Amino acid sequence: MSQVQWLRSENFQRMLWPLMALVGILLFNFFFTPGFFHIEIKDGRFFGSLVDIANRAAPVMLLAIGMTLVFATGGVDLSVGAVMAISGAIAATVIRPDYVKGVLEYGEVQSLFLVLSIPLFFSLLAGLWNGLLVAVIGIQPIIATLILMVAGRGIAQLITQGQIVVFIHEPFQYIGSGFLFGLPFPIILVLLTFTVTYLLTRRTGLGLFIEAIGANSIASRFMGIRERMITLSVYIFSGFCAGLAGLIVCADIKAADANNAGLFLELDAIAAVIIGGTMWGGRFTVFGSIVGTLIIQSLTTTILTRGVAPEVTLVFKAFVIILVALIQSEKFRQLFSNRMAGEKVRTS
Amino acid sequence: MKKWLQIIACTLFACMMTAGSALAKDKIVVGFSQIGAESAWRVANTDSIVSEAKSRPHIELKFSDAQQKQENQIKAIRSFISQGVDVIAFSPVVETGWEPVLKEAKRAKIPVILSDRAVDVQDDTLWVTFMGSDFVEEGRRAGNWLMENYDRLKNPDKSSDVVNVVELQGTVGSAPAIDRKDGFAEVTKGSAFKIIKSQSGDFTRAKGKEVMEAFLKSEGKKIDVLYAHNDDMALGAIQAIEEYGLNPGKDIIIVSIDAVRGAFEAMVEGKINCTVECSPLLGPQLFDAVEDLMAGKELPKRIVTNEGVFPAETAAETLPTRKY
Repeated sequence: MSQVQWLRSENFQRMLWPLMALVGILLFNFFFTPGFFHIEIKDGRFFGSLVDIANRAAPVMLLAIGMTLVFATGGVDLSVGAVMAISGAIAATVIRPDYVKGVLEYGEVQSLFLVLSIPLFFSLLAGLWNGLLVAVIGIQPIIATLILMVAGRGIAQLITQGQIVVFIHEPFQYIGSGFLFGLPFPIILVLLTFTVTYLLTRRTGLGLFIEAIGANSIASRFMGIRERMITLSVYIFSGFCAGLAGLIVCADIKAADANNAGLFLELDAIAAVIIGGTMWGGRFTVFGSIVGTLIIQSLTTTILTRGVAPEVTLVFKAFVIILVALIQSEKFRQLFSNRMAGEKVRTS
Repeated sequence: MKKWLQIIACTLFACMMTAGSALAKDKIVVGFSQIGAESAWRVANTDSIVSEAKSRPHIELKFSDAQQKQENQIKAIRSFISQGVDVIAFSPVVETGWEPVLKEAKRAKIPVILSDRAVDVQDDTLWVTFMGSDFVEEGRRAGNWLMENYDRLKNPDKSSDVVNVVELQGTVGSAPAIDRKDGFAEVTKGSAFKIIKSQSGDFTRAKGKEVMEAFLKSEGKKIDVLYAHNDDMALGAIQAIEEYGLNPGKDIIIVSIDAVRGAFEAMVEGKINCTVECSPLLGPQLFDAVEDLMAGKELPKRIVTNEGVFPAETAAETLPTRKY
């Protein structure tokens, strides 16, 4: 595909508006927030608000990558926030098994492999549970995943006994606050997950299969797509992404906070996917969801850096998100441009 | 023979029954409806109440967990009324909607004690006393401690003419967030202490860290003091300060509220300068009040929890005694 063709392609057109919204928010900061674009290198690490945005957005970006695929199959995964809490709680418990009983000593230091693999295993299991309910039993995705959304946080609280389990485990903390090639490690993790997802869905037929299932699952079954298997694996993948995000948050604050880890982040992820231009059931763009997450996070960081009163923060955020969603809607744009055109005709 | 056995069994049973009820009469039966187990603070609160009840032989506690639902609490209170307990105590999960059930309790002549949170009812004879922390006072204490000790602790090359304070608020709209902000603002008004940034960190570590990161990016070394509405946010912020390359507790003086064990650990390391207590250990006071009530004493309408202010210097000796 030549350059010009690519610019005209549908994929790019769909990406255009979210990208413009992101550029708009950044431009606003460029002119009105001093020091926002200032990036310095401290001990070989990049340092500045822009790095913060990418770093803080990392957990939601991971959720959004998984959520995009779920969305494309015509489903939704509400349980990701709870799965984050579970995975963090398990990781902390593996590191400090007796903390909840009031024992402050660590016991033997657990290997990083165990600290990572056990929570991720259970995240996969959580995804499998969602997938089974949706693909095999045929429950509505919103209800099927609601079950784990509610119960999952309870499970996480059971694991930590309602306490915040704090720990010190240098190799594990690297996942949340380490640096690689001068960038925070969570960003590297997101890049990796994104690349793998992109290659799997766009360099193989998998992406098309997922879109086909979302568009019409019965037709795709008759076409010979193993629709159940693919739906199942999409939910498992979403669980995995959520587990990874949970590990990042947990390692970043060096504590497992079962009450608050990932709370309401499923909604942020859904918003990011929609802002990014993925339609419910059908065409998806993982890159768009990443842009969507960056829009939400740069908004949050802007609010925090500029000091909008906390009482109006949420209203302000909602206002900008509505605006972005409106700009993206083709109908709205048409309506708007027709109206403008109509005005011109009348005045002339 | 069989008949005899039956008669003996019956009399024995009757004896036990009367003995049982006689015993129950000596005991004060307290029904307590807890909100749930939503935070470490609440878990400590429950522990304190349950273990204190166990240590007093003449008190019998009926404990009910509402799992953060008002309807469960109302159900629990109704069942306490029908069981005819002597005193009902509860931590209302929300402020409104208690009138009908409290009226039922009043009609049954069962006194009601509010623990740790207040209710919003027109008729304040519906409850006997409200026992719990005074959040405004906590904010005042944090402010006062800061003004008295800042000169001693500050980095020598910083001036004390203008002190830039950043504030990490609790959940927007919650009573502790509003009151702790007001209390602090009240005592620092007109002084050198100026709040230059104030944002909500939702009472959590992760948010506390994120917000502090943004504060540091925009204000940087101008920040002299951090005032956090709870310890968890302060603990998150400490990590942000360290990653920024400053020394928490030295370059930025940190005052927070709650006095949880984690804060004491940080104080021993010199990373938090002071924490104002907001104690969940209401058990002893609660049952003292219950006993006074049953002995016919008049209770004050407001019982404020006994709470302290813990500066970092005392942290090492206090840490082992912290229960939460």
